[in-house]
Amino acid sequence: MVLITLAVATMAGVVIRRRDGVPREAGGDVERLTSGDLDAPLGERATLVQFSSAFCQPCRATRRILSEVTEMVPGVAHVEIDAETRLDLVRSLNVLRTPTVLILDASGRVVRRASGQPRKADVIGALGLAVGE
Amino acid sequence: MHADPRALRFSAAVTVVVLALVLVTGGAWLLAFQAVVFALGAFGASPYGMIFKEIVKSPPRELEDATPPRFAQGVGLFFALVGLIGYVTQITPLALGATAAALFAAFLNAAFGLCLGCEMFLIVRRLLPAAK
Repeated sequence: MVLITLAVATMAGVVIRRRDGVPREAGGDVERLTSGDLDAPLGERATLVQFSSAFCQPCRATRRILSEVTEMVPGVAHVEIDAETRLDLVRSLNVLRTPTVLILDASGRVVRRASGQPRKADVIGALGLAVGE
Repeated sequence: MHADPRALRFSAAVTVVVLALVLVTGGAWLLAFQAVVFALGAFGASPYGMIFKEIVKSPPRELEDATPPRFAQGVGLFFALVGLIGYVTQITPLALGATAAALFAAFLNAAFGLCLGCEMFLIVRRLLPAAK
């Protein structure tokens, strides 16, 4: 029982760590978010939308990474949303974890989506797609 | 309030050992002990964390927010209590299942630094109505 539990947990841990924060194509219907949805203006070229919550360890580090990226790349906005106060968006976008980061192009279309703490290089790569470079 | 991440990992590792012993020996008293530890941890006073502070005196390189781990200790307490109910009522699958679930989460925390209890928060919150 103990060994099975630990073996399954090890596999789960490896899979989660490997998938964590990797930006993926947003599956299902392509979503488009407006500045009205976000209660904040969209970035001129792209927007990084971060869903956070009170009980979220990697949210702080994610916030730091995303603000570093917005300082580096001009025309990119970083919008942080408290998942608990915007359950409407959480449900319609099917956000299951915090942090979840959506990478929007200039028109607000969700180009990529990462759940878990993303790596800086991955965010920059996904931004490249969003601004069409 | 802030916590030393090393103390959290250490506490998770001790929890793994204790819960594994519970499963091996079927010791309901040991699970009751762990339930008390979870309860204290939920109030930010984990005995395992205190042991760590007694042993390791060097300051942590960085501190992290104590709210998520405290919430997770509360989730751990829930599973420990369900497991205890299982042991007391002799519903073995309940006892073993709940204890194994807590062991699973504690191991992920100790070995990978993943806080499964924290992940539960949004999923549970989504199921509840939006009213604040």
